[in-house]
Amino acid sequence: MRRTYLDHAATTPVDPEVAAAMARVLREVPGNPSSIYAEGRRARSLVDEAREQVAAAIGADPAEVVFTSGGTEADNLALRGVLAAREGEADGLVVSTIEHHAVLDTAEDLERHGRARVTRIGVGRDGLVDPADVARAIEPRTALVSIMHANNEIGTIEPIAEIGEICRAKGVTFHTDAVQSVGVLPFDVRTLPVDLVSVNAHKFYGPKGVGALYVRSGTRCATVQTGGGQEKGRRTGTENVPGIVALGAAMRIASERRERDARRLSALRDRIVDGVRARIPGAVLTGHPTRRLPNNASFCFPGTQGESLVVALDLEGIAASSGSACTSGSTEPSHVLTAIGLERSVAQGSLRLTVGRGTTDEDVDRLLEVLPRVVARLRAVSEETVTVPS
Amino acid sequence: MSERVFVAMSGGVDSSVAAAILAERGYDVVGVWMRLVDAPAAADAPRCCGTDEAGEDARRAAAHLGIPFYSLDYADVFRRGVVDRFVSAYAHGATPNPCVACNAHVKFEALLRDVIAKFGARRLATGHYARVRQDDGRWHLLRARDAAKDQSYALYMLGQRELGRTLFPIGEMAAKEETRALAMTYGLPNARKAESMDICFVPGDHRDLVRGRAPEAFVPGPIERADGSVIGRHAGVGGLTVGQRRGVGAAAGERLYVLRLDLERNAAVVGTREEVTTRMYALDELCFTRGEAPAARFASTAAVRYRGTPIRCEVEVDGERGVLRLAEPALVAPGQAAVLYDGDEVIGGGTVRQALAA
Repeated sequence: MRRTYLDHAATTPVDPEVAAAMARVLREVPGNPSSIYAEGRRARSLVDEAREQVAAAIGADPAEVVFTSGGTEADNLALRGVLAAREGEADGLVVSTIEHHAVLDTAEDLERHGRARVTRIGVGRDGLVDPADVARAIEPRTALVSIMHANNEIGTIEPIAEIGEICRAKGVTFHTDAVQSVGVLPFDVRTLPVDLVSVNAHKFYGPKGVGALYVRSGTRCATVQTGGGQEKGRRTGTENVPGIVALGAAMRIASERRERDARRLSALRDRIVDGVRARIPGAVLTGHPTRRLPNNASFCFPGTQGESLVVALDLEGIAASSGSACTSGSTEPSHVLTAIGLERSVAQGSLRLTVGRGTTDEDVDRLLEVLPRVVARLRAVSEETVTVPS
Repeated sequence: MSERVFVAMSGGVDSSVAAAILAERGYDVVGVWMRLVDAPAAADAPRCCGTDEAGEDARRAAAHLGIPFYSLDYADVFRRGVVDRFVSAYAHGATPNPCVACNAHVKFEALLRDVIAKFGARRLATGHYARVRQDDGRWHLLRARDAAKDQSYALYMLGQRELGRTLFPIGEMAAKEETRALAMTYGLPNARKAESMDICFVPGDHRDLVRGRAPEAFVPGPIERADGSVIGRHAGVGGLTVGQRRGVGAAAGERLYVLRLDLERNAAVVGTREEVTTRMYALDELCFTRGEAPAARFASTAAVRYRGTPIRCEVEVDGERGVLRLAEPALVAPGQAAVLYDGDEVIGGGTVRQALAA
């Protein structure tokens, strides 16, 4: 069956050029970057080159880039690292209620172990954090504010520039989880007042298992893992050389293509949003109507269940998700949809459609042909109907 | 395009082989595993087919067969349809059959409805040992070929609509060994997995579950003989079952069984096996596979426990209620299913409500 992949927020297929670069390292670069002999030096220079590529893409200095195993580790390092560095002098942590679980659960864990006092700030119905709420939440012992750049479920783009200005004015470190946005939205740390930024290769056509944390020079962020001292001790452990090379290549390609991709993706996304609204009665677009990721169209269809939508679409050859890929398998409405104030009965019928480089107009045509039928079918079977249709 | 069949996969051997057989026959097979509890560590968490570990076994079996596979959440339905009923029945002095409730309310109601109406399948298959036949324009539910594994008792509530939408490939196996041999032949990763036993959603003693959820059923009361003499104290009717011998709380030289539970007086009446003279029981929730009773009053045979030998009987039907007259006395706990057989065919059944005086 022909497949239509509309879950690029979960992960993206690896760019062939990235895959080739990665395969070349696997085949031809056996060395450990920490080794002093030729093989080691070769690996080291490839890691350096990738670091430069990542830095260039976000306007950073290469020394400010720390490679990690992905977005979750970058978020953990940012939160745990900053709070550890400030232990004894500041322990306040401010997060929004719609952060990814990598941030929310880390904050909760720090709180449970008495290492942070966490302030969680809510969002509006469009998913926007009000910078004034951040300003109010900051107090003298606040060590860190962590607000995501763009939400992974509903695509809302947060006002991180304003939030960053507030943090800077108050002398508080600011972290943003930019896993969904880097490679999709313009991102330049020379103009954005951010201190720490999490990125993840597989969201922009790189491989899974590699990411990075940008740490602005001068930011106090302790190490959370001990060992051989790689990454200047900030993230110790032998470097994932093929992954890092791939991350660098993916980042470079994403920068080159970003504007062109964004125009094309937002046109596809708009076709989905308009088409779904025209064809499916009662469809609710979740997230901000305009301040949203160019590739994200997320909805709720009251009278359906997200899990059933995803299964029914998959059987029709369409890959989509009911929200975050990390929480699939649960029929509880997501914390994000709850935070934007959706009724449980509405939030249960959530569907996230995210387009990418491989998405075509034909894919959107197929979706717009199949989805109304699927929603109608699911709506006809309310949970109260107990008889099997004959 | 071939006919789409969803197979309810528990993670065990039987349902995995069922999926394999149907895939080999050319059906468009989709595996589905039902998540029956929300949190992995819940106190009343199922310990076999509804747990994440079983889901992993099911997923691996499906992957091995190369069929699509989904874990679907039926925790709400299971809680309402099975666990709540189970607790409430025990708290009211009855002895529920959770497998019957699960088939009636979860597998062949909610799941069957979803796979047909939501996901466009023609049929739902399970790994039950039973058979379905179509004959003279009607669907018939038969015992499994292997009488020792037969599970038709727990499927008596299936009507024509359900039977016409159901497949039980494993019911054709000559013996469990054949199923296991097939599992080996197909190379299924769970071919050597042990059988699930006991009550699937009760991790230890089911009385702990009932006590936690219905403490009011654990008020001590008298243990009496049929003549009214008090011979001891019981710890609460919620922990007792009609027919139970051990652990009642009566110290007597002879073997005594719980004959009935008198909720109004919170008393447990016990007696010897010989004191069981009951031949007549009130039934409710009566249903028939053909959709209606063969007659208002008819002769049949009734199995009053899982894999019990059917006893000759006469049934008097009044809508969903009825009276069961057994040819010989039997000790049947309220809440148990009385399943009516015509030879190898299940014709229907009902829930035993109470013993009736002759």
